[in-house]
Amino acid sequence: MAVKQSRRDFLGMAFGGFAAVGGAISLVAMKQTWDPLPSVQAAGFTTVDLSNMEDGQLSTITWRGKPIFILKKTADMKKNVNRDVVVGNADYSVMIGLCTHLGCIPTWAPSTLQFKCACHGGEFDENGVNTFGPPPRPMDIPPFKIDGTKLVLGETGPEYEKLVAKA
Amino acid sequence: MAEITKANGIGDWFDQRLATKKLAKVMMTEYWIPKDINFLWAMGVVLVVLFKILIISGIFLLMYYKPDVNLAFDSVNYTIMQEVEYGWLWRHMHGVAASLIFLVIYIHMFTGIYYGSYKKGREMIWLTGMALFGMFSAEAFSGYMLPWGQMSYWAAQVITNLFGGIPVIGDALVIWIRGDFTVADPTLTRFFMLHVLLLPLVIILLIAVHFYSLRIPHVNNQEGENIDFDVESEKYLAGNKKESKVVPFWPVFLSKDFFVVGIALTLFFYLTFYHFNFAMDPINFEPANAMKTPAHIYPEWYFLWSYEVLRGFFFPVGPIAAMDIGLAAFGFANVIFMIFPFLDRDPIVKPAHQRPRFKIWFWILLVDMIVLTVYGKLPPIGVNTWIGFVAAMTFILLFVALPFITKKDAGGAK
Repeated sequence: MAVKQSRRDFLGMAFGGFAAVGGAISLVAMKQTWDPLPSVQAAGFTTVDLSNMEDGQLSTITWRGKPIFILKKTADMKKNVNRDVVVGNADYSVMIGLCTHLGCIPTWAPSTLQFKCACHGGEFDENGVNTFGPPPRPMDIPPFKIDGTKLVLGETGPEYEKLVAKA
Repeated sequence: MAEITKANGIGDWFDQRLATKKLAKVMMTEYWIPKDINFLWAMGVVLVVLFKILIISGIFLLMYYKPDVNLAFDSVNYTIMQEVEYGWLWRHMHGVAASLIFLVIYIHMFTGIYYGSYKKGREMIWLTGMALFGMFSAEAFSGYMLPWGQMSYWAAQVITNLFGGIPVIGDALVIWIRGDFTVADPTLTRFFMLHVLLLPLVIILLIAVHFYSLRIPHVNNQEGENIDFDVESEKYLAGNKKESKVVPFWPVFLSKDFFVVGIALTLFFYLTFYHFNFAMDPINFEPANAMKTPAHIYPEWYFLWSYEVLRGFFFPVGPIAAMDIGLAAFGFANVIFMIFPFLDRDPIVKPAHQRPRFKIWFWILLVDMIVLTVYGKLPPIGVNTWIGFVAAMTFILLFVALPFITKKDAGGAK
């Protein structure tokens, strides 16, 4: 009788174990079905020519579906060696234009030299550094490479590595 | 197998095969409800009616809606609103019912809190009810995304970003949920799936469990009286209806519920036909634009209280960033109602007006949630940020104090 019982237990555990493994594997499939598609992941590179920009001008471009702020700094704007991107002899603020709180797009207020987020009142200075409200950190700097007067977003150049090391 | 005989009618034919008479007794004519209740006990049936309206109107919207970022906006605002006969009616009914169902959910919830209908065997009713609240919230959020207007887009952006606050895996999780680096087509199609299939399925299952969990502990009453349902139902069945403390679910209880449902539906159709705009934000009639955040974004009114708790903490404390405090407070606000039965340390079921400290606690909570709701809609500037902070702090402190207050009330009763 005892032998029969253990055989039954074994069959039960074998069946249960097999079903559990199958279930776990199907979870992997489900998780990966939700992953971004390869076409989405192979995000393109965006090249911007900075030579036409005027002092104090803010231009907003799109990279991987996100807005990128590029601000050509004037002489009276604060310098920030940890964040300034130097192309030619001009300093630029380059950042992903999403509030680091919850991802709204802040608006540039040229009169006060601030980026202001309408969603929850966050504020950033001209370098993209958070100065007030809920944003936990400065706006992120996208990976870039400097190519003459052009900026290639999505590629990692030595200047980007330097800024990351300082951050 | 049962003995099947020649049926003496259609009713008997089904009864022999499906035991329909027994079923009707168990579900309706011998399911006992206390007499000592008021109109607030009708909210459950009102919710069932509103949920049915949502399903029926949703079916017709589903016939023309197109879950694609290039087609969604026009399929709602042009095809459904202008081409489809009565398309406007289904859309406005769907939007108004979604808004109204939250109002009734909150009344239902606060009725339960007021009368202590979440303890002494009724914990499962509360837990499944709160699970339903969570699922309805997800259902509302995913549905709000579908018209793909500016508010749809930016609500999706902000809500999915909330998951970025989870340590270590946050950023990867946000991309996984969206299926893209930003809110985009894959996000729309997967939330469409959730809205029309998975979440409604889960909601229907949860409703079944919610109803079933009422059967053993029975419905509470105005005085929290512990009724012997066996004895009282005997009396009723013996014809002693006046003396019995209970009535059958059908036809007695439901006939009164239908009256309340009638009033609720009058309000519902009044809103649908004359004031549907409150559920249709004008900003959402502008197509989604990933490059432009609307000047003020805010959730629908039913999420404003927890939204205000999230943004109430706008300054960092020591090394902890303001955002992390806000997120932690938001997480707290969303789970704290779930464990309500375990925070109440008074074991006796009594209405709030018989519990000296809890009564005050209850009304402060209600007022605080209204303040949070009002300030959640106002732009976070000047004194508003401070009122928001105080209200958010009050909300948290109320729940921290709850176990002590109820314990004290219980001690005083001895």
